[in-house]
Amino acid sequence: MLDYSNDIYNPDFVGITNYITLFHSSIFWKTMWNTVIYLVVAVPLLVILPLIIAIVINQKLRGITFYRVSIYLPVVVSIVVAGIAWKWLYADSGILNYFVTLLGFDKIGWLTDPKYSLYSVILVTVWKGLGYYMMIYLAALTSVPTDLYEAADIDGANLLQKHLTVTIPHLLPAIALVSIISSISAMKVFVEIYVMTQGGPLNSSMTVVYYIYQKAFENLDLGYASACGVVLMVIIMAISVLNIKKIEGGKFSA
Amino acid sequence: MLRKFFKSLFSHSFLIFMTIISIGPFLWLISTALKSKNENIFAYPPQFIPQHITLENFIGAWQQVPFMGYIINSTIVTVLTIVLNLLFASLAAYPLVRMEFNGRGGCFFATLATVMVPCQVIMIPLYLLTLRLNLVDSYGAVAGFAGMILPFGVSAFGILLMRQAFMAIPKELEEAAIIDGCNVFQIWWKVLMPLVKPSLATLAIFTFVGCWGEFLWPSIVLTKQEMFTLPVGLNYLQGFFSSNWRFISAGAIISTIPILIFFLALQKHFVGGQTQGAVKG
Repeated sequence: MLDYSNDIYNPDFVGITNYITLFHSSIFWKTMWNTVIYLVVAVPLLVILPLIIAIVINQKLRGITFYRVSIYLPVVVSIVVAGIAWKWLYADSGILNYFVTLLGFDKIGWLTDPKYSLYSVILVTVWKGLGYYMMIYLAALTSVPTDLYEAADIDGANLLQKHLTVTIPHLLPAIALVSIISSISAMKVFVEIYVMTQGGPLNSSMTVVYYIYQKAFENLDLGYASACGVVLMVIIMAISVLNIKKIEGGKFSA
Repeated sequence: MLRKFFKSLFSHSFLIFMTIISIGPFLWLISTALKSKNENIFAYPPQFIPQHITLENFIGAWQQVPFMGYIINSTIVTVLTIVLNLLFASLAAYPLVRMEFNGRGGCFFATLATVMVPCQVIMIPLYLLTLRLNLVDSYGAVAGFAGMILPFGVSAFGILLMRQAFMAIPKELEEAAIIDGCNVFQIWWKVLMPLVKPSLATLAIFTFVGCWGEFLWPSIVLTKQEMFTLPVGLNYLQGFFSSNWRFISAGAIISTIPILIFFLALQKHFVGGQTQGAVKG
């Protein structure tokens, strides 16, 4: 509710003007929509893929430590490095386009085509999160009682049935946890976008958080950016509360 | 027997596939950084293994960008942040667990609530506050470091983690300490702290990873090149070498080496630490 444009130390009070401009801004709605796409695409992938990896990796196999460490590696490496590595893979005559042409398609402008840029960035977020969520699932898997599997064996269940009837129900709290964490962090993505696309081209990969950053620290429109931040915070809190309610409800019914 | 064989064949192929996806981008980065000037890095089909392995890109990148300075800055920020986090999180968690006072529940929920607020939203007021306190690098290196470290001196996650650790310690130990004449501070420092070492280690590792890779906040408050931390410097390098991908790759790898050593050395703790603080299924 303040205007910082005249003096950063003595802002003027402007009431709800910033909110009005915000809700009339087409870029704001575009970034909101992009954030929704981010959530809808990234979260299911981050809930399901790590679960499959965790179930497969939770066996006694040769070289299991190597697999674990390798899959966990992207989590540890700085997101700036990851962004650079992927920018290089996505390069116009880069390695991914080589595979694309190998399959007989035209080159894709991964980061330069407004149609694909957002999805390319989402892919990096998913890639970087796999290991982290895998670990959460692995921790939860240790608590699944093994005699249930033996019982399922006696009942003649196949592998898929065993996991659907024994593993998944036991992992429900972990699945809920992963969906909360991943949806909150999907709403907060910033560095991937900053390093790879700067929100472009044509704001196609700009999310709300990036928009806040750009408004606040590039255009120095701190009041407007704060208004945007407040809107985002309200949404995140609503999601968290809903999720927590759902989990608690789930616990009672389980 | 055959079923078992297929099961393990499937598991291995799936895991190898995932491993390639996970570390492939890094391997490609390494391969690019090792290629000499005469080799076409855009060759079709791509040359996965460099023909003439050379370190010239690493040397070139190292000479043109003050990596040593970035590493030192990152180390200073990370070490101090870890120390503050361990200290404050355990100091804050102890009364939340073991002391009876009015508003304890309120304090706990206030701490919990901060987890939900996205850091980018706090960035703006935090930035204004830091400016007003003159904790930016234009007031000297100490102010610059303080501005980078203090906002991350304690985290709700750390408090929650330590709270769980303290809760697991039996009350009798404290009662015994009181009989032996310990005051509250001595109980905390001499009795409880040694017992929660594993949790302290977990917190330290988490803080290390988070802090070492932190990009947003330093990139906002830092204005001087000599204050840059590794991620900020690396992003700067990306623009500096524009599209010299050999140098960019070399720089990215140089900046990853410290955390990679740390990760491989403490690999067990990373994997184990993840389970703490997470919901047990």
